[in-house]
Amino acid sequence: MAHAYVPEIAIDREGNEHEVQGWQDDFYGGKLGFWLFMLTEVMMFGGMFLALAYYNTLHPQDYINASASLNRLLGGTNTVILLVSALTMGLGLLKMRVGDVKGAKLMIWATIILATAFLIIKGFEWTAEYHHGVFLMHDKLLADSTALPFGQKLFFGMYFTMTGLHGLHIIIGIGLMIWLLKRINANKVRQDHHILYWNIALYWDIVHLIWVFVFPYFYMIGAAGGTGGH
Amino acid sequence: MSKSYFDETHCAIGHPKSTFMQWMLTVDHKRIGIMYAAVMFTFFFVAVATALLMRFELFAPGQQFIDGDTFNQAFTLHGVIMIFLFIIPGIPAVFGNIVMPLMIGAKDVSFPRLNWFTFWLYIFGAAIAVSSLWVGDGFADTGWTFYAPYSLNTGTNVIMTLVAAFILGMASILTGLNFLVTIHRLRAPGMTFFKMPLFVWGIYATAWIQLLATPVVGITLVLAILEKYFGIGIFDPAKGGDPVLFEHLFWIYSHPAVYLMILPAFGIMSEIIPTFSRKEIFGYRTIALSSASIAGIGYLVWGHHLYTSGMADIAKTVFSFLTFFVAVPTGIKFYDWVATMYQGKIVLSTPMIWALGTMITFAIGGLTGITITMIGVDIHLQDTYYSVAHFHYAILGGVVFLMFAGMHYWFPLVTGKMYNEKHAKIAFYLNFVGFNLLWFPMFIAGYYGMPRRYFDYLPEFQIYHQMSFIGALIFIAGLIYMFWVFFRGWTKGEKSTPNPWHATTLEWHLPTSPPPLENHSKVPYVDFNPYEYHQGEPVVKFDYETMRRID
Repeated sequence: MAHAYVPEIAIDREGNEHEVQGWQDDFYGGKLGFWLFMLTEVMMFGGMFLALAYYNTLHPQDYINASASLNRLLGGTNTVILLVSALTMGLGLLKMRVGDVKGAKLMIWATIILATAFLIIKGFEWTAEYHHGVFLMHDKLLADSTALPFGQKLFFGMYFTMTGLHGLHIIIGIGLMIWLLKRINANKVRQDHHILYWNIALYWDIVHLIWVFVFPYFYMIGAAGGTGGH
Repeated sequence: MSKSYFDETHCAIGHPKSTFMQWMLTVDHKRIGIMYAAVMFTFFFVAVATALLMRFELFAPGQQFIDGDTFNQAFTLHGVIMIFLFIIPGIPAVFGNIVMPLMIGAKDVSFPRLNWFTFWLYIFGAAIAVSSLWVGDGFADTGWTFYAPYSLNTGTNVIMTLVAAFILGMASILTGLNFLVTIHRLRAPGMTFFKMPLFVWGIYATAWIQLLATPVVGITLVLAILEKYFGIGIFDPAKGGDPVLFEHLFWIYSHPAVYLMILPAFGIMSEIIPTFSRKEIFGYRTIALSSASIAGIGYLVWGHHLYTSGMADIAKTVFSFLTFFVAVPTGIKFYDWVATMYQGKIVLSTPMIWALGTMITFAIGGLTGITITMIGVDIHLQDTYYSVAHFHYAILGGVVFLMFAGMHYWFPLVTGKMYNEKHAKIAFYLNFVGFNLLWFPMFIAGYYGMPRRYFDYLPEFQIYHQMSFIGALIFIAGLIYMFWVFFRGWTKGEKSTPNPWHATTLEWHLPTSPPPLENHSKVPYVDFNPYEYHQGEPVVKFDYETMRRID
C-alpha cells in the first residue's frame, strides 16, 4: 500500500520506546465502537420489551388470546431461517479469516438470500393479518374500534412496532451485506483487514439475537391456545 | 510561522480548495468543536430571547404582549432549544471535542469521520426542530417533556419536534461512543486511567450516560411518534395506554441527562481549581470515582420526577433515598475542591472567579435539590417556581457557568489570543449579580405557590416577577458583554503563549498556540500525574521538539 500507516514512537525518560496507538488501523477500537453501538440497540429494544412486559402484567389474558392467533408455523420457520443465516454469516467470517475470499462471498450471498426469505415470509404473515382485520390504522386496530379489548390492541400494536423495527434492521442488514460484497470485490476488505466484515457479522448477530427474544414473547406465550380469540 | 489548525485541515471527502468547504467537511476535532460552539450559542441566544419575551409577559399580571397559547409555545421552544440543542451536546460537543484528545495526547478522536457525520446529524436535527416553527399549526406547546396524553392530542407540531429530539439523541449517542473508544484506545503511552486529567474522567462518565440512557428516550419518542401516526395507544389512556409509563421511560433518560450535563462541567472545575491554586488536586481518585458513581447512581433516581404522578409509596421512598445518595459523591467533589484551594497560591484570573462563583450558585442549586428530594416537601413544591429556580441554579448556575469558565480558561488555547482580563471580570460580576437577582426571587415565589408555566398570576407575586425581570436585563447585558469581550479578544487580543496559566495537563504542552493540525509534535510518554506542582510551579517540563521530559 502506498500510504501504509506507521505508528509513532513515544520515548520515556529512560529512553525506552513505546508504540503509540493511532486512530488509523485500530482493529480493536473499531470492534469496541461497534460493540458499544450494539449496546444502544439492546437498550432501544429493551425499552420496548419493558413497555410490552408492563402491559402484559395489566392484561395477561388478552395477551395470551392475541398471541394464540399468531401464525406459529410461519414465525417458527422464520426463527429457523434467521438462526441458519447467523450460522452462514459466522462461517463466512471464519472463511475470510483463513483467506478463502470466494467461500466468504458465497456465505454472504447465502445470508442475503435467507434474510430475503425471512422478509417474504414476514410479508405473508402481515398480509394474512391484514385480511383478518388486524393491522395498524386498519379495521380492528383503529382507535375507535371496539372489536378487540385494550390488551389485544396493545399486544398487536407492540407486535407490529417491534417486528416492524426488527424487519427494518433486516433490510438495513441486507444493504450492509451488499455493501460488504462491493468492498470485498474492491479488495478493501481482505484477510488482513476485515474489521468491516467483523462488525457487520456482529450486527447480524444482534439482529438474530433480538428475534430470539421477540419470537417467544409474541408467538409462544399463547401456544397452548387462548380462550375465545377471534 | 508554523501552521495551526486554522490554516490546514483534513477533510471527510476530497480536498476542497475553498476555506468555507474546508470547514464544512473538516474532520479535525478542534474545528468541529468550534463549529458546535458557534451553532450552539446561536441557538442559546434564540432561547434567551424567548425567555426574555416570557419575562416581559410576566412583568405584570394579566395579558400584556402574548396570549396563553403563544406563551405555551414560547416555554416549549425555550426548553427544547436549551435542553436538546444547547446543553445536552453542550460541554462534551465543544470541549470534549476540542480539548479531550489534546489532554490524552491523541491526534484526533477514534472515528474522525463519524465525528464529522455526527456534527451534521446535529445540524439536521436542529433544522427539523426549528423548521417546525413555520410548519402546520406552529411549534409544540407541550413543554420540553412532551408528557402524554396531551402531546398525543394537541394539534401543534409535536411530531417534528419528537423526530428532531430523536435525531439529536442519535448525535449524542454517537458522540459518546466516539469519546468512549477514544479514551479507551488513544491515550498516550504510560497514561493509565488514574493519570488522566479529571476533565477526561468527566467526559468518560458522561459518554457512558449518553450511550446507555439516550436509546431509552429515543425509543420512547419513536413509540410516541408511532402512536400519533398509527394510533397504537401505548401512552394514551383513551386507547388503553398508560401515560405514567411515558413519564417513566422519559425520565429514565432525562434524569441521567442532568448528570450528563453536569459531569463534564465538574471536570472543568477540577481543571481550573488546581491550576489557579498552583497545587496538586486534593483527592484525585475520589473525584474521578465520584464522577463514575454519580453516573451510576444517577440511573436509579428518575422516579423523583413522579412523586405526584401515582406511584407506590415504597417506590417513592426508595427513589427519595437514592436521590439523597447522589448528593454524596457531589459533596465529596466540593470538599475536594475546597481542600485543594487550602494553602494554595490562589490566582484570581477570570476562569477562577467563574469557578468560584459557580461554587456558590451550584451549591444553592444542589442544596435546593435536596429539599425537593423529600417526598412531602416535593408535593408542596412540585411544578412551582421553586423547581424552576432549582434547576436553573443547577444547570445555568452550574453547567453553563462552568462552561463559561472553561471558555475563559481554554480561550488562549483555541484562538492563540488573550482577552482583556479587566473587561472579562466586569462581565462576570454583571452575570453573577443578574443571575442571582433573576432566579433567587423565584424560590420565594415558588414557596408561596407560584406555579410554573403559567402566563398569568395573582397580584401578590408581582414583586418577585419584577425583581426577576430586572435581574434578567442585567444578566443578558452581562452575557452580551462577555461575548463582546471574547470577540474583541479573538480579533484584537494580544498573542498568547502556549501555556499562559502555568497549567500542567497535556493540552498546554503544545509546540504552538493555537495548536497545529495533528496536535502534539510528538506524542509524549506520560509517567506523571496530571496536576504536579512544586512550590507553585509546574513540575513537568517538555522539550517541545521531541516531547521528552527535561525537568
